Amino acid sequence: MQQGARARVPAVQALLELLSSMRFAISLLTVLAIASIIGTVVQQNEPANAYLNQFGQFWEPVFARMGLYSVYGAGWFVAILAFLVLSTMLCIIRQAAPMLREMRGFHEHAREISLRLFAHYASLVPTLPPEARRSAVTDYLAGTGFRFRIDERADGALIAARQGSAGRIGYFFAHAAIVLICAGGLLDGDLPLALHMYFGGKAPTSGNRPVADIPASARLGPDNWSYRGNVYIPEGGSADFAVLNIDDGVLLQSLPFEVALKRFHIDHYETGMPRRFASDLVLTDAESGQRFERTLEVNKPLTYRGVTLFQSGFDDGGSLLRFTVRDLAPGAHPPYPFSGEVGARIPLETLGYAYTLEITGFRPINVENMAASAPGGGFESFFGFGGGANAQGGKKPRNLGPSYTFKLRDAAGQAREFTNYMLPVEIDGRWYLYSGVRASQMEPFSYLRIPLDGEAGVDAWFAIRQLFFDPARRAALAARFAARNLDGDDGALRARLEEAAGHTLILFADGGFAAISEFIEKSIPEAERERSGAAFLQIIQGLTWDAWMMVREQAGQAALEPGEAHAPFVRDALIALADSGRYGAPFYLQLNAYEQRQATILQATRSPGKPLVYSGALLLALGVFGMLYIRERRLFVLLKNNETLVAMSSNRKTIDLDETFARHRDALAAALGDAAVKH
Amino acid sequence: MELAPSSSSAAPPPALAAPKRRAYGDWLYALALVTGACFAFLRYGQAMDGYDAAILVLHVPILAALGRAWRPFRPFLAIVAVLALAGIWLYQGDPARAEQTFFLKYLISSQAAIAWMSALFFIATGAYWLGLAVRSDFAERTGSALAWAASVMGATGLFVRWYESYLLGPDVGHIPISNLYEVFVLFSLITALLYLFYEGRYGTRKLGAFVLLTVSIAVAFLLWYAFTREAYQIQPLVPALQSYWMKVHVPANFVGYGGFALAAMAGAAYLLVSRGVLAGRLPAPKVLEDVMYKAIAIGFAFFTIATILGALWAAEAWGSYWSWDPKETWALIVWLNYAVWLHMRLTRGLRGAMLAWWALGGLLVTTFAFLGVNMFLSGLHSYGSL
Ligand code: HEM
Repeated sequence: MQQGARARVPAVQALLELLSSMRFAISLLTVLAIASIIGTVVQQNEPANAYLNQFGQFWEPVFARMGLYSVYGAGWFVAILAFLVLSTMLCIIRQAAPMLREMRGFHEHAREISLRLFAHYASLVPTLPPEARRSAVTDYLAGTGFRFRIDERADGALIAARQGSAGRIGYFFAHAAIVLICAGGLLDGDLPLALHMYFGGKAPTSGNRPVADIPASARLGPDNWSYRGNVYIPEGGSADFAVLNIDDGVLLQSLPFEVALKRFHIDHYETGMPRRFASDLVLTDAESGQRFERTLEVNKPLTYRGVTLFQSGFDDGGSLLRFTVRDLAPGAHPPYPFSGEVGARIPLETLGYAYTLEITGFRPINVENMAASAPGGGFESFFGFGGGANAQGGKKPRNLGPSYTFKLRDAAGQAREFTNYMLPVEIDGRWYLYSGVRASQMEPFSYLRIPLDGEAGVDAWFAIRQLFFDPARRAALAARFAARNLDGDDGALRARLEEAAGHTLILFADGGFAAISEFIEKSIPEAERERSGAAFLQIIQGLTWDAWMMVREQAGQAALEPGEAHAPFVRDALIALADSGRYGAPFYLQLNAYEQRQATILQATRSPGKPLVYSGALLLALGVFGMLYIRERRLFVLLKNNETLVAMSSNRKTIDLDETFARHRDALAAALGDAAVKH
Repeated sequence: MELAPSSSSAAPPPALAAPKRRAYGDWLYALALVTGACFAFLRYGQAMDGYDAAILVLHVPILAALGRAWRPFRPFLAIVAVLALAGIWLYQGDPARAEQTFFLKYLISSQAAIAWMSALFFIATGAYWLGLAVRSDFAERTGSALAWAASVMGATGLFVRWYESYLLGPDVGHIPISNLYEVFVLFSLITALLYLFYEGRYGTRKLGAFVLLTVSIAVAFLLWYAFTREAYQIQPLVPALQSYWMKVHVPANFVGYGGFALAAMAGAAYLLVSRGVLAGRLPAPKVLEDVMYKAIAIGFAFFTIATILGALWAAEAWGSYWSWDPKETWALIVWLNYAVWLHMRLTRGLRGAMLAWWALGGLLVTTFAFLGVNMFLSGLHSYGSL
């Protein structure tokens, strides 16, 4: 019969056999494992230009075609999974009949000759008559959890027993689970949304526009039953849609309810590490209008009307920031107030700057773990023994206070990004105001460190800077410097020093220290360059000192005695002066006050495949344990007039079979009162 | 069904002899467990919620079954309980006593206990290797005893550390399986215990040299990590980790890793023996093959559970039971790898040395999933963001 079937459709039969074969399964699982690696090495779902940067003009499109930027949704990857499902299904189907037969059958017709070929068999010499032996054996089998069937034979009887066949159900459970999990995963993957978009004529649109302007073709209704999107809600605001990010665009998914955010909380540990993120929400049912309040936290999601909401992140919800604008141009107007909300884009033409200000972020707390200056590295503290609880002392967290980020975009669309701290930071007993700047997202921030004058705060440095770079006041500064250094000396020398100082100021204003070294290289003979460099440095330091003193005088503060005590301020001020030449903004934006408003980011999902996946997971766990830990054992006892034959087999080869067999053999021998065990 | 004739002689192993006295021990042990659970409930009941109480109750049958199936586990548990309780009692709620009290400072504060564990594992490894080199039964016995002692100290260290974390602040306290330092202690402990279980089961200590070598490597890494990164400090948990799932997900994972490490060492020994290297000094290939299977079976079963629990947890914390995050994906790769191994064992022509190599290679894959992903790849599991 088999032969005939094969002859009819040999190719199909062979294909089915291949697909359901163990070797094919092994290859498939290996291929799947290797393919999965790709997506962990290539960052997935990044913006297109990130890949362009990483792989270059040539390879970027090649990899894109291969689907490497979204491997787990790529056609070829899904095809591997489909083959796995197909292969597993065929395997289950093919195994079903023989497995069920095995589970139910006892092999009670096994022939004596084949029992003698078992790896585990023993021959006992009987002392009891066959009838007595039979009841002893059946009692033993029943007592040890075997089910059995007796086959009467001409020369005696075969008692065929089995145990643990339920383990084979494990096979069906575990393998059916693979099918269920893959099917559920498919429902929760990208495919349903892709089909919905295709048949519903939907297409993503650019996200850079107000919600009201999003066309109907980019809006999804309640008939979409599989999605994952973000819901952004500022404090006091609400939303009734989720944003799905597709490729580089967005789709709006309507929700069956409206969510309003009353408050967003971040609690901290003493170390400043965040301990809890929570959103106080009010949900309003779109149909019934029913309202209820809930607090959502990480690890405590909320499911309502088939949609599950998760706490996924937070952002600024438009905090109001009040600044002082400090114009950096020499001789410009004095500082003046200015304010804006996070997220705002403010053209600055009216203020006289050819820039647009984009306020991009605000953080009220910045905790940094500063290594404690106390000695004692890891080694001593670890072997200083003591508990983990004590080791905590090594690091001292400190709050650097609020910070804010903004971009200045020029008329050509080029932007520089800034990150400023509101409060001065103490480093080694000295205080500084920090401002980071970078020309592109790829670079790290480089920081301008503005030193604080003990009395005048940051005002001193800004005033020094005005003076230093003001062509109109340069001469006065140079004169003061020359007078201080060559007091009462002959006029010609002093005039030369004054000239040198003025020249230095011009060079420095032009291009900082670089301009000075360039000048030295161009116009000073090589042999004297070192000496001349030192002289320039002395001059510029001296000028800084004098500028400081002039500024103090103008502010009505007492002059200071020159000396080591003030050297650090002069040095820091000078470095900041040099760095400020490359700051790239026409003003310094200093934060004075803020009104914080936070926003929560929730994730809204509908995953119809979840029940399938979860039941699959349960079956998988049960099935795997069943297969691996319920041992099928078959025990055969052949009762003959002059011999008792005991044989055992199992569907898995393990050493315990040796032990189990020996135990049953000896117990049976004892129960039968058999004199000896012959092998 | 096996049809090839072969010798069927096998003496019953000592573990299978079942004397009557055993029943007494079982009851006594069960009674101790129930008493312990009651004590814990009376003393700390008011701080427990429904889950805590249910988990406490569940521990009784689980530990009872474990103690029944593996008798040496009982004294182990008893000693760990006494030491851990002594540690808690010595602290008297004051973390500063870690430096002041002799026993805490040098023995059972978490860091002291873990330092002892490290030292004992190193010495145990040496003893096993000595036993292997000079065929000394005494040395192997010593190795075994030291490995037990190291496990006791490791388990004590983790329990005391759990308590210490609460001394830092009630909101800081958490189970000590949340950073690399803590899970390395867990890994060493579980691998050693799994090995000791099979040592008793198979009545041979000859594999100890190999398995304890991996444990020692893990401990060496642990110490390096502790010294260079000060990783022994107890840190509070980020919100994503504050979940019940962690308490089951992580230990289940480490039973998996432990099983796979054990299997790899059995595989290495198998390859050596089948080439005639150390043949008389290591267990027979048949035994090694069996150890390999048992270790992978238990590892695979627990890893399956751990991955499922991880998916349930991810569904709760990240809103998706599977996000193809690198750590998740590598867990899948490890899991597939051992599924392949199990199927190969059922396929003619792929057994023997091939399986041993596969188990050995599996350890590389597992190590990468465990460490490499954290070091080289980024993703949700790095907890860089909320
Ligand atoms: C991810 C996919 C799979 C997993 C996790 C898995 C898991 C398992 C496990 C744990 C065993 C028990 C091994 C043992 O007892 O030593 C097993 C046995 C088996 N598997 Fe799979 N399997 C998978 C896919 C497949 C596929 C695709 C096939 C078919 C081509 C297959 C066919 C079999 C067969 C025939 C057995 C032997 C059953 C028996 O004799 O009791 N498996 N599988």
